[in-house]
Amino acid sequence: MARVFLPLVLVAMVLFAAAPLVVANAPPEQTMGLVQKIFYYHVPSAMLMFVSAFVCGIASAVFLFRRSAAADRVALAAGELVVLFGAIVLVTGPLWARKAWGVWWEWDARLTSSLLLWMIFLAYLLVRRFGGPGSEKLAGAMALFGMANVPFVYVSVNYWRTLHPKTSVVMTLAPGMRAAFWFCVAAFAALYVLLLTLRKRLEDRQAEVEQLYLAAED
Amino acid sequence: MKRLLPLIVLCALLPGALTLAQAPAGPPSTQADFVPVNQLPAQTEQLPAAPLLMGAYAFVWVALLVYVWSLWRRMTKLEHELADLRRRLQKL
Repeated sequence: MARVFLPLVLVAMVLFAAAPLVVANAPPEQTMGLVQKIFYYHVPSAMLMFVSAFVCGIASAVFLFRRSAAADRVALAAGELVVLFGAIVLVTGPLWARKAWGVWWEWDARLTSSLLLWMIFLAYLLVRRFGGPGSEKLAGAMALFGMANVPFVYVSVNYWRTLHPKTSVVMTLAPGMRAAFWFCVAAFAALYVLLLTLRKRLEDRQAEVEQLYLAAED
Repeated sequence: MKRLLPLIVLCALLPGALTLAQAPAGPPSTQADFVPVNQLPAQTEQLPAAPLLMGAYAFVWVALLVYVWSLWRRMTKLEHELADLRRRLQKL
């Protein structure tokens, strides 16, 4: 584990520390100017929010149908990261929107559905924390529901009238912007894997502590 | 009843007739509300982008650092608890 972990820490830190420099060198956008550079953190965070929701949902399904305790620990770790990256998306987005649209928030399809997705996983964490014994199964079902929402959030900009840019924006980026964007995606992805690993390790330790308590009682 | 029927019909139609009489003649004119460019006030809203950009990046860094710190704190607490439990079990 240590052989993989230390290089992962180094890669994630180097990539993430270099990201601001890469973003600074990216060309400014013609219409929005400087504020468009929030895009390089906002979109990778949104991508990882979706990925983490899938990880949480799939791990919850494995826990529910195969009773795998390890899968449940992965689900909890991923659930926390959905809330973390979701918070980043929901804060950086309005900061960009204030300049681009003139308002902090609009109740359009993409923004509203993203907020609801974030709240579903926040509720997942609250159920896990305060639900008591057996709440893992209820939370697992919530995670499946949350995962099912992700495709709707993603296509909402294509099928409803929204202020939010469409999904085709990423594929039509200019070359200078494309390199900076994918660099930031790689940096965030490395960071995500690192955080998921750390958080899962924390849950593994928690499980060990509980086992030892049971052994001490016996 | 037959004599009252025309009166009833008249009473039923009267509110509709009054409403139509009060309705505006056509769509309201909005041309007078447009302000030519050379008559705009000198200072219009100019929201600077730099504070918003810096605020966004600062939030991302702070959120990630706070989360990593929270993980480290929870891990340290668990490691102490684990070491303490192992010692207690060895004594038993």
